[in-house]
Amino acid sequence: MSTVSPTAVQVSGRAGRMSPLRKRADLVGDRMLFGVCLLASLIAAGTILLVGYQVVHGASPAISKFGFGFVYETTWQPNFGTFGAGSLLFGTVVTSAFALLVGAPIAIAIGLFLTLLAPRGVRGVIGPLVELLAAIPSVILGFWGLLVLGPFLQAHVEPFLHDTLGFLPIFGAPETTGLSVFTASVILTIMVIPIIASISRDLFHSVPRELQDGASALGATRWEVVRGIVLPTTSNGVVAACILGLGRALGEAIAVSQVIGAGSAIQASLFKSGDTLASRIALQFPGALTELHKASLYYCAVILLVISLAANLAASWIGRRFSYGGAVNW
Amino acid sequence: MSDQLIPDPGAPLTPSGNLRRRQLVSRAAELAATAAAVAATAVLAIVIWTVASRGIKAIDLGFVFTGYPTGVGPMLLGTIVISLLATLIAMPVGVLIALFLTEYAGARGVRGMKLVLDLLNGLPSIVLGLFVFALLVDHKQQSGFAGAVALAIIELPLIARGSQEVLLLVPKGLREASDALGVARWRSVLTVVLPTALGGIVTSTVLAVARAAGETAPLILASSVFDPKSFTANPFEALPNVPVWIYKLSEEGNPEGFTEAWGMSLLLVSFILFASLGARALLARSKRKLSS
Repeated sequence: MSTVSPTAVQVSGRAGRMSPLRKRADLVGDRMLFGVCLLASLIAAGTILLVGYQVVHGASPAISKFGFGFVYETTWQPNFGTFGAGSLLFGTVVTSAFALLVGAPIAIAIGLFLTLLAPRGVRGVIGPLVELLAAIPSVILGFWGLLVLGPFLQAHVEPFLHDTLGFLPIFGAPETTGLSVFTASVILTIMVIPIIASISRDLFHSVPRELQDGASALGATRWEVVRGIVLPTTSNGVVAACILGLGRALGEAIAVSQVIGAGSAIQASLFKSGDTLASRIALQFPGALTELHKASLYYCAVILLVISLAANLAASWIGRRFSYGGAVNW
Repeated sequence: MSDQLIPDPGAPLTPSGNLRRRQLVSRAAELAATAAAVAATAVLAIVIWTVASRGIKAIDLGFVFTGYPTGVGPMLLGTIVISLLATLIAMPVGVLIALFLTEYAGARGVRGMKLVLDLLNGLPSIVLGLFVFALLVDHKQQSGFAGAVALAIIELPLIARGSQEVLLLVPKGLREASDALGVARWRSVLTVVLPTALGGIVTSTVLAVARAAGETAPLILASSVFDPKSFTANPFEALPNVPVWIYKLSEEGNPEGFTEAWGMSLLLVSFILFASLGARALLARSKRKLSS
């Protein structure tokens, strides 16, 4: 040690005067730091591949037994060894589509409110609050949905929708419990809103001020500025944000499994019970007895994995032309 | 012709016709946007109010420090252990990835790595649960460690993204001064860049922990068969933990269990809210300091 420290003092001028020892240490240190950083990045990339491999490997018995037909076959009977994810896929699509159709306009409206309407003080309060909505753990949101939201929807909202819009088959007669596809969709809507809202707020912030002022100067109303300037310039990013929200809704397991009622049939009415891919895994995997049952649940995870990777790739592909770098605040 | 040049002096000053319609539309849109923001805030308020008002009945000293059936101490301890372990795994890797992004990667490397982080972030947590189950639990036994690995994967992209943002804010002058003194890259990274960004890195980590602490889906598969009576911190067996216990109580449908679950929800939510609000404020402050 004592041989190193005096040389370190001498290194004040040109690099040429550096002691060979220190030079070598720097060489090694530079290489090491680069190596470790690269390694960490490779670990992250390798994790995705490993996740894919493990899940597909776990599903292989089911894949070889049922083939691609698993995706649209609708019988799920663990006792008889027949499995098909058709009704689960249906439930996943219905709940996520509902969440996106209802949630996206609300979230975009919140983004607009936060960028264009709210005074600075209000913005500083409401913005973080909306993001906190995303921080509430799904198990607590699901628990709240089970005990508070579900009974409320069942007692008030579902009868109202059935009475006024009952001619549509999706608003059938309410069930006796609040456990329904409808409740699950509302919970997913609540989860999707903060994601889309915070990304679209950051997008709207990036719209050049001059364009908006120019439109206003020409006599456009606030809404016309939004319609004509803000939304068109950010449409790519907003679509990407919606896809990210959709990915979140598709993969949510816990909260959905608490409120959806775990039904196995495909039903037109939103007020009946149903199930999604993710929630079926959470509900049945811990108690799965046969290998085939487990493998079928792995197969569901494969479907989920494919959908979520595709959604994220699509979002980044759409969003690339419009860089929202750093704006994504999960 | 003259009608247009000389406006009717008796005309009302309020807009009429088309302009009136456009202003009404705009007004309606503004109202709708405000209503949306109010609704989202109201939902948050209702959820927090429900958790707080119902949870406060369950909470006392015994609830926090004793085991089942009088309290949930083991679950709290287990959640702390699992979160710490997950952060110990995720933080070094995440910060190194951030360093890779800011110091070494070219444009293509940055794009590729960002995509990797986005994909990691987009993995459904239940799929991660099955992954750690297949990798660490199947044919062996459940362990808090397996849960921690899953949570680490959830935290990783958040820490990497957050740290990268802070590292990018480190003033160029500091780096250049260090280069001008002939300091090697790795020395200036370790002694100048990282210490400057440390505050921001720590707060992004806290945000990530707050995000992962309530994650339930992976733990249901990795650490769910445990004894709620005994305090244990050994990560190589199944650790009691708060999210799974809330989930179990909510499935059981027993009113006393519900009260207990509300109590745990209140503890968890208050930790998450304080951690994320505090970290957010600190992060905003350190970012301001760095960029000023």
